[in-house]
Amino acid sequence: MKARRLLALVRKESLQIVRDPSSILIAFVLPTILLFLFAYAVSLDVQNVRLGVVLESDGAAARELAADFAATRYFEVLPVRDRREVEDLLVAQKLRALVVIPQDFDRRLAAGSRPAVQVLTDGSQPNTASFVAGYAEGVVATWFESRKHERTHEGVGLGPNGGGPAVVLEPRFWFNPEVESRRFLVPGSIAIIMTTIGTLLTALVVAREWERGTMEALFSTPSGILEILLGKLLPYFALGLVATLGCGLLAVTVFDVPLRGSWGALLALSATFLVPALGQGLLISALARNQFIAAQVAVFSGFLPAFLLSGFLFEIESMPPAIRALTYLIPARYFVTGLQTVFAAGDVWAQLGPNMLAMLAVGAGFFAVTARKTRKSLDR
Amino acid sequence: MNLHRLSALIVKELLSYLRDPKSRMTLIGPPIMQLLVFSFAATLEVKNVDVALFDRDHGAWSEELTARIRASSFVDDLLPVDGPEELQELIDTGQVLMAVELPDDFSRNLIAGRPATAQVIVDGRRANAGQIAARYLSDIAAEMNRDLTFELGTIRGAPASGGGVPPPEVVVRHWFNPNLVYRWFIVPGLVGILAMLLALLVTGLSIARERELGTFDQLLVSPVTPFEIVVGKTVPALIVGTVMGNVMILAGVFALRVPFTGSLWMLELSLVLFIFSVVGIGLMLSSICKTQQQAILGVFSIMVPVILISGFATPLENMPTWLQLVAQASPLKHFLIIVQGTFLRAQPAMDVLANAWPLVVIAACTLILANLIVQRRLQ
Repeated sequence: MKARRLLALVRKESLQIVRDPSSILIAFVLPTILLFLFAYAVSLDVQNVRLGVVLESDGAAARELAADFAATRYFEVLPVRDRREVEDLLVAQKLRALVVIPQDFDRRLAAGSRPAVQVLTDGSQPNTASFVAGYAEGVVATWFESRKHERTHEGVGLGPNGGGPAVVLEPRFWFNPEVESRRFLVPGSIAIIMTTIGTLLTALVVAREWERGTMEALFSTPSGILEILLGKLLPYFALGLVATLGCGLLAVTVFDVPLRGSWGALLALSATFLVPALGQGLLISALARNQFIAAQVAVFSGFLPAFLLSGFLFEIESMPPAIRALTYLIPARYFVTGLQTVFAAGDVWAQLGPNMLAMLAVGAGFFAVTARKTRKSLDR
Repeated sequence: MNLHRLSALIVKELLSYLRDPKSRMTLIGPPIMQLLVFSFAATLEVKNVDVALFDRDHGAWSEELTARIRASSFVDDLLPVDGPEELQELIDTGQVLMAVELPDDFSRNLIAGRPATAQVIVDGRRANAGQIAARYLSDIAAEMNRDLTFELGTIRGAPASGGGVPPPEVVVRHWFNPNLVYRWFIVPGLVGILAMLLALLVTGLSIARERELGTFDQLLVSPVTPFEIVVGKTVPALIVGTVMGNVMILAGVFALRVPFTGSLWMLELSLVLFIFSVVGIGLMLSSICKTQQQAILGVFSIMVPVILISGFATPLENMPTWLQLVAQASPLKHFLIIVQGTFLRAQPAMDVLANAWPLVVIAACTLILANLIVQRRLQ
C-alpha cells in the first residue's frame, strides 16, 4: 500500500464532498435542524394539556377543587358546567381529558361518605393519559390534605394522624436535576446524525460509484482494494468527527446542554461509532450497487433502528425480550448510552469502555462480511 | 393531454419499480418488517426496571416497603447495597435506573406517627423512564400510607378511620384505549410514517434518477408535455404508496390486533390524499435536484424534521406555539389525527374531512410547483 496513492484518493473524495451541496446539507444543516428540534420541539415534558373541568356542583368545596386544577402549570383548563358540552371535544381531540366534579360532591363530603371525582382521558395518547390520570389524583389528594390541615387548625378533629405517619418519597434526579428531556434527547440525537453521515451517506456514495461505473475504473488503476476503500472512507470519517464537534459545540453553547465529560472522550466515542457505521454503509453499498436500493436499505436498517431501537427515545428495557436481544446488534444502542453518559455524567470509563468495545466488535463484523462480498474483480 | 402517452408513461414507471427483484423486495419487505418490529419496540411504558436499595434501617417498616417494591410489576431486580459508593457505581454504570435510600430512623418515625422520608435517586440520563418509575413508586408509597393509617390507627387504640372523612375517590376511565396499550397508539402512527417514507423515497428519486442517467433529457425531447411527465410520475407512486399503506393497515388490524372503530372508506380516502401530498413534496424536490444523492439526502433532510414535529412520538402541545404552526404544513401531522382517529376513536366523517382538507392544499401546491419547475427545465 502506497501512502501517495492513498493521499490522492482521499483528496479526490474530499473535493467531491466539498463540492456537493447535499453532503454539506447532511453534515451541517440537518444536524443543526435536528438538534434544534430535539432541544425545543420534541419534548417528553408534558405541558399545556387541554383539560376540561366540569363543575356540576355549586358547593364551595367543589369550586375550590376546580380552582386547584386551574392553578396547575401543566393544564390549560376549560371550565364548563355540563359534561355534554365537552364530551364531543374529547372525541375530536380538542381536549385531552375531562375532570368531572359531580353534583353531590359537597353533600357527600359533609355527610362523611366518599365523594367521587371522575377523570376521563383520551386513551389514544397513552403517555399523556397516564400522566393526566396520575397528576389529577395528586391534585385531589393535595387539595384534600390542605383542607384537612385547615380543619384541624380550626379545632375539628379529623383523626389522630392529621400530620401523618406517612411514607414520603423525595425523588432526586442525578445528572439532570431540572429533569429536562433535552438533556438526554440532544446527546442521543448525535447518534442519529452520525448514522446519517456514516451509514446513509457512505452507502449512497459508494453505490453511486458502482452504478456509474467509476468503481470499475478505480479497480483498473494500480491502487489496491484496501487503498480504494480507505480512500473512500477516511474523508467521511473525518466529516463525521467534524460534525460531532459541531454538534457538541451547538449543544453546549446554544442549547444549554452541558458537557460534563471531556471533549476527548466525546470524540473518541464518536470515532469508535463511525467504525460500525461506515462498515454498515460499505456493506449496504457492496450488496446493493444501486443508489435507490442502497438508500432504502440504509434508511430501514440503519436510520430507523438508530431512531427507534437505540434507547434514544424508547426505553430498551421496556421492549419485549426478542427485540431487546436484537438491539445488541445495533451499534447506535451503545453510542446513545455513551453519549448520554459523557454529556450528563462525565467520563465514566467503566461504562464507556465496554460500549466502545461492543461497537468495535460490531464494526469488525460488518467489515468482515464486506470483505468476503467484495473482491477486486468485475464478477458479481 | 394525451391519455395514450400518459398511460405509456405510467406503465413504464411502474415497470421500473417492479421489474428488478431487488427493487421489488425493498419496496415490500422492509416496510412490513419495520411495522412488526417497531410496533413492539416503540413504547413509552416502563418495565423490567432494576432498583438498588440502600437500607440503613432494617426495621419492620423498611422491610415492608422493600417487599412491596420488589413485588411490584414494573421492577425486575432489587439490588441491595451496603454503602453510598456502591450505590453511586450502580447508577453511574447504568446497572440500575434508580435507587431507594432509607434512613436509619425510618421505622421509628412511622411508629411514632411522624412522616418518614425516603430518598429516591433517579438516573437523570433516562429521565423519562425515571419519572414514570418514580410515579409508580409514589403509587406504592400512597398505598402503603393508606394501609399504615389503618394499621397504626388500630395499634394506637383509635378507631381505624379516625372519625374523619376519607379522601375523595378518583375514578379514572381511559376512553378509546381502556388499558392504555401503547401498541394501539404506535401502530396507526407507524402506518403513516412508513407509507410516507416509501412514497417519498420512490418519488424523490424518480426525476433525479432520470436526470442523472440521462433519460430525462430524452423524455423532454419526446412529444410528452411537462404536465404529462409530472402526472406520469405521480400516479405510479400513488399506486405503490396506497397499496403498501393498505397492506400495513391490514397487518395492523389482523397481525397486531389493533382495533379499528371508524370508517374504512374515510381512511382510504385520507390515505390517498396523504400519499398525494407526500408524492407532491417528493416530486417537487426531485425536480430541483441534479443527482440522486442530492434527491435522497434532500428527501431525508425534510422527512426527519417532518416526522419529529408531526406529533408521532411526542404530542404537539408539548411544542412551542410557533412550531405548532409550522407543523400544519406537514401532511403527516394531519394524517396522524385521521389514522389514529379511525383506528381508535371512531372518528366521524366531518372530523376526518376537517383534517383532510389541508392534505388537498399541500398536494395542490406542491404538484403545481413541481409542474412549474419541470416546465422551466424545458426552456
